[in-house]
Amino acid sequence: MYFDLPFIAAAVIATIGIITMLFRRNLVKMIMGLSLVESSVNLFLVSLGYRTGAIAPIFTNAPSVRMAMPTVQAMTLTNIVIGIATTALLLSLAMVIYRKYGTVNADDVRKLRG
Amino acid sequence: MIGDFVIQHAPALLIAVPMLAAFATPLVGRLGGAARNAWVLAAMAATSVIGVMLAYDVYTTGTLIYTFGAAAPDAAVPMDSGGIPVRIIFTVDAMSAFMVIITAISGFAVLLYSMASESRASGRDGFYALYLLLIVGILGMVCTGDLFNFFVFLEIASLAGAALVAFRIDKGVAVEAGLKYAVISTIGGLFILFAIALLYGQYDALNIAVIASRMQFTVLDEIALVLLLSALAMKAGAVPMHFWTPDAYSMAPSSITALLVVASQASLYGVFRVVFTLYSVTLDYAVIGWIVIVLGVLSMFVGVTMALVQKDVKRLMAYHAVSQTGYMLLGLGVGLAVLGQPAALESFGLVAMEGGIFHIINHAMYKGLLFLTAGAIIYRTGARSLDKLGGLGHSMKWTMVFFIIGALAIAGVPPFNGFASKLLIYESVFLFNPILSIIAMVVSILTLASFVKVFHAIFMGPRQPEYAEVEEAPVPMLIGMGVLAAVVIAFGFAPQLVVDAIVAPAAAALANQGSYIAAVLGGV
Repeated sequence: MYFDLPFIAAAVIATIGIITMLFRRNLVKMIMGLSLVESSVNLFLVSLGYRTGAIAPIFTNAPSVRMAMPTVQAMTLTNIVIGIATTALLLSLAMVIYRKYGTVNADDVRKLRG
Repeated sequence: MIGDFVIQHAPALLIAVPMLAAFATPLVGRLGGAARNAWVLAAMAATSVIGVMLAYDVYTTGTLIYTFGAAAPDAAVPMDSGGIPVRIIFTVDAMSAFMVIITAISGFAVLLYSMASESRASGRDGFYALYLLLIVGILGMVCTGDLFNFFVFLEIASLAGAALVAFRIDKGVAVEAGLKYAVISTIGGLFILFAIALLYGQYDALNIAVIASRMQFTVLDEIALVLLLSALAMKAGAVPMHFWTPDAYSMAPSSITALLVVASQASLYGVFRVVFTLYSVTLDYAVIGWIVIVLGVLSMFVGVTMALVQKDVKRLMAYHAVSQTGYMLLGLGVGLAVLGQPAALESFGLVAMEGGIFHIINHAMYKGLLFLTAGAIIYRTGARSLDKLGGLGHSMKWTMVFFIIGALAIAGVPPFNGFASKLLIYESVFLFNPILSIIAMVVSILTLASFVKVFHAIFMGPRQPEYAEVEEAPVPMLIGMGVLAAVVIAFGFAPQLVVDAIVAPAAAALANQGSYIAAVLGGV
């Protein structure tokens, strides 16, 4: 039960993020929701990699116990970097929209229709 | 010899050349516009040549494995790893090679075109850097044999694509489209990563072949399948997740739109790779097959009906792109639905898949051509509404010819390439279910009607006073369009040749999961 906690937390964070994206009309808040979903995926990845009693795979002076495969940690790092790039791009687009339209309310940012 | 070196390391160079060139572009741009253009063209030409060489290699010698960081590129499984391929592996089979060919042709033709179409714009260093990164993303997606690597390249393509859609701010409207595209892509990417995590958690592997060989089809796998399918279908622009397509396609610079079509098809490739290679034998064929078929029919029908009422020429073409994606889903869906029945697969399933795959390359060519002609018209007149345009047939004769070629091809009129692939789809789907075939034909007729209207509105009629000064499009744009038009005509006249040479191996590669796994994990 204790080890399920990170997974439950990931699910809760993802839900909050998706609800934020669906029900907030402010573009910046929608982007924040997206970042929350991303964090939940990161949390999920890292929790997957946990092995009870295993140590980090550093071979110098290592005790002879099980080592955890660091694949998911590497994936999480990659995703964090990608996430920063995405968030920066999204926020800069939102900034341009605010400059041109004078608003970041998604209901008003609707010139493209049909 | 340098030739041998290139052939041996083609999969790595295919990614490395455009990526290094992309990051060097702003530096080279300091030397001046001409130097930068030459640099970008040379990089893209080198990428295309490597791509075609790689594809030729794959078609003649079979699936190619490239293991990054290994002593020898084909050593997929290290001796001491216990039979697990721990490194990142590129697995280029006939289907991947097919997508590489599409990217090589389109990428080069569109780049030539953009040399002229973007010549009046500012910030071209960044534009071409992003262009090459988009190429990197597409090539990586179709070549990789590693699920997480697929996600990374998908994100590269998404970020570059979104930035390019929003590149010409255009009073904020293009940015609005870019934001929509970026948000959709990011959510899709996170879905895919979540699905990858689910698969990794169960099978301790990221390699597609390894996961495919261990696939149990548990409940978690089903969740992962739904996430992967919905995210990739959304990226491919299939109805009902198509809402971003008309916005992004119509607001992006025309050259980029032609490339976005290829990027969407790389996502479509992802759909096929997931259902055919990753899940394959474990899938309940009929159900998933029918889901793909229904997605396809909906895309065909909704796309074309929405297109009929459009006034903006690029928006109209964007809805047609949604509609044409439906044909590919229909063809491959029929193949998937009968994958478990060897008799049916032999008699019409493979033909349907060949039709769908052939349609992918045909669509990339003629739809790219159509978007480029639309771009030429907008470049010369500054207008994009069908109500305002008219009488351009007098001054833009070559553009008109290219438009006619593209329009007849998309409507499936012989002897152009659209007819060849649609005929394969009609014939084979008719044996599977006559009603689907009839729907496909009706959609084709509606497509023809829509393009006759567009042709009439833009090119016919008396010369209009406000467009008296309009000239023919610049030569580089005409060359770019000419390359694509030549491919459209060549494929239309010799379809059997093309099908035998590159399409049939691709279909066979998709249908045969075992050979994909054997190529990575060794003999079975």
